[in-house]
Amino acid sequence: MFGFLARERTVAGPGFNRWMVPPAALCIHLCIGQAYALSVFNLPMTKLIGITESAPEDWLLTQLGWIFSLAIVFLGLSAALFGRWVEEGGPRRAMFAAALCWSGGFLVAALGMQLHNIWFVYFGYGVLGGIGLGLGYISPVSTLIKWFPDRPGMATGMAIMGFGGGAFIASPLSVSLLHMFSSSTHIGVAETFVCLGLIYLVFMMVGAAIVRVPAEDWKPAGWQPSAQPKKLMTSANVHVNEAWKTPQFWCIWIVLCMNVTAGIGVLGQASAMSQEMFGVTAAVAGGIVGFMSLSNMLGRFFWASLSDLIGRKNTYFCFFILGIGLYSLVPHTGSLGSVGLFVICTAVIMTMYGGGFATVPAYLKDMFGTKYVGAIHGRLLTAWAVAGVLGPVLVNYIRQYQIDSGIPKAQAYNTTMYIMAGLLVVGLIANSLIKAVDSRHHLAE
Amino acid sequence: MSGNNEEKTSGLHLLLVWGLVGIPLIWGLIQTIGKAMKIFA
Repeated sequence: MFGFLARERTVAGPGFNRWMVPPAALCIHLCIGQAYALSVFNLPMTKLIGITESAPEDWLLTQLGWIFSLAIVFLGLSAALFGRWVEEGGPRRAMFAAALCWSGGFLVAALGMQLHNIWFVYFGYGVLGGIGLGLGYISPVSTLIKWFPDRPGMATGMAIMGFGGGAFIASPLSVSLLHMFSSSTHIGVAETFVCLGLIYLVFMMVGAAIVRVPAEDWKPAGWQPSAQPKKLMTSANVHVNEAWKTPQFWCIWIVLCMNVTAGIGVLGQASAMSQEMFGVTAAVAGGIVGFMSLSNMLGRFFWASLSDLIGRKNTYFCFFILGIGLYSLVPHTGSLGSVGLFVICTAVIMTMYGGGFATVPAYLKDMFGTKYVGAIHGRLLTAWAVAGVLGPVLVNYIRQYQIDSGIPKAQAYNTTMYIMAGLLVVGLIANSLIKAVDSRHHLAE
Repeated sequence: MSGNNEEKTSGLHLLLVWGLVGIPLIWGLIQTIGKAMKIFA
């Protein structure tokens, strides 16, 4: 019955244009990128009963915060657990499963809102949706690398840019749907969730239908693999179960974890930081966050494409060296009272945060080969799950500690920024330790 | 689909699939840029 999902049914015939594949990947990533826009629902979800203001029985923001955290944890877990299943079964089966989980998650969460039972929302969006996120995130990665062996960074950067861009679509779309379904006696969050779930189901199914894998012997017309082997680019393959026994895997894990922890620390606090450091209005702070989101998305394409030219290791050196300088500069923008400099610093930081996500699949491909890159990438995403908890916890607790110690709010982020710069030093060291994988780990082919 | 069967991609196919993802993305970008412009308000 589900034969059309099999890998062999997705092998492209002669004449297929590889530029059909990035839109297939974008169909998935633009949908699951909604996760970054979940905060749009925070306030409406605290007023489901009270409507105009929160009633005592309404959910608290602290309860709602767990929805996103659960989704990110299940993203990491499912990507790690199902990575091999995704790799072996091909992209269509994974995209199909991701679509069912992601849209199913919205429908279960909508039921939870209708019944006002937060456990349904935790299970729906957090667990089921989180699994959809994990499967969807890794599903097109190895396929894109195989279609674009000449520009793997650019190809995966394009898809992962979609994850950053998904929030741009979801945020205004959700606001419009909420406006349409809400009345003076009802907040239409459940209906909005049903609508979004169905829209995403259709979109992701289109992606699953158009995706193709290249034939075994396919290569781009006129392209020849470099005859001169590059030091950090293997032509061999490493099995997924072998990859995580190598120091290279754990060095890249630390590199990703440190880069993401530092980035999340800024992204999650940008609105409060700009208001407390510079006294700007909430609307201007929203504009700064919007500008940072744009930088996050564009950085994914820019840095991943640049990594095809300068190499992955050098790209991460740029992130860490530039990042250490910029994170250390942010506190001074406060003392100088320069909002412009703050915006420039945080925008560049955000390009490197996004760039870190987008460049890592190609880094893994260089180190471990293409055969199991999707599955290895899945296991690496546990670094994201850890960073998703570590980043906000570090920033929130240090800020609170500073304020409790009597430091003015405007300066409460200074220590945090220096700690983030310190995390990047750890990342820099891990990156500098990365060498080519020993041949004893290579698969016999 | 089989790897042996001809599967010619037409320009229209490409235009359709890129339009499918490009149009919503551009719409979202315009909305976000509009919001980001509040920095200068």
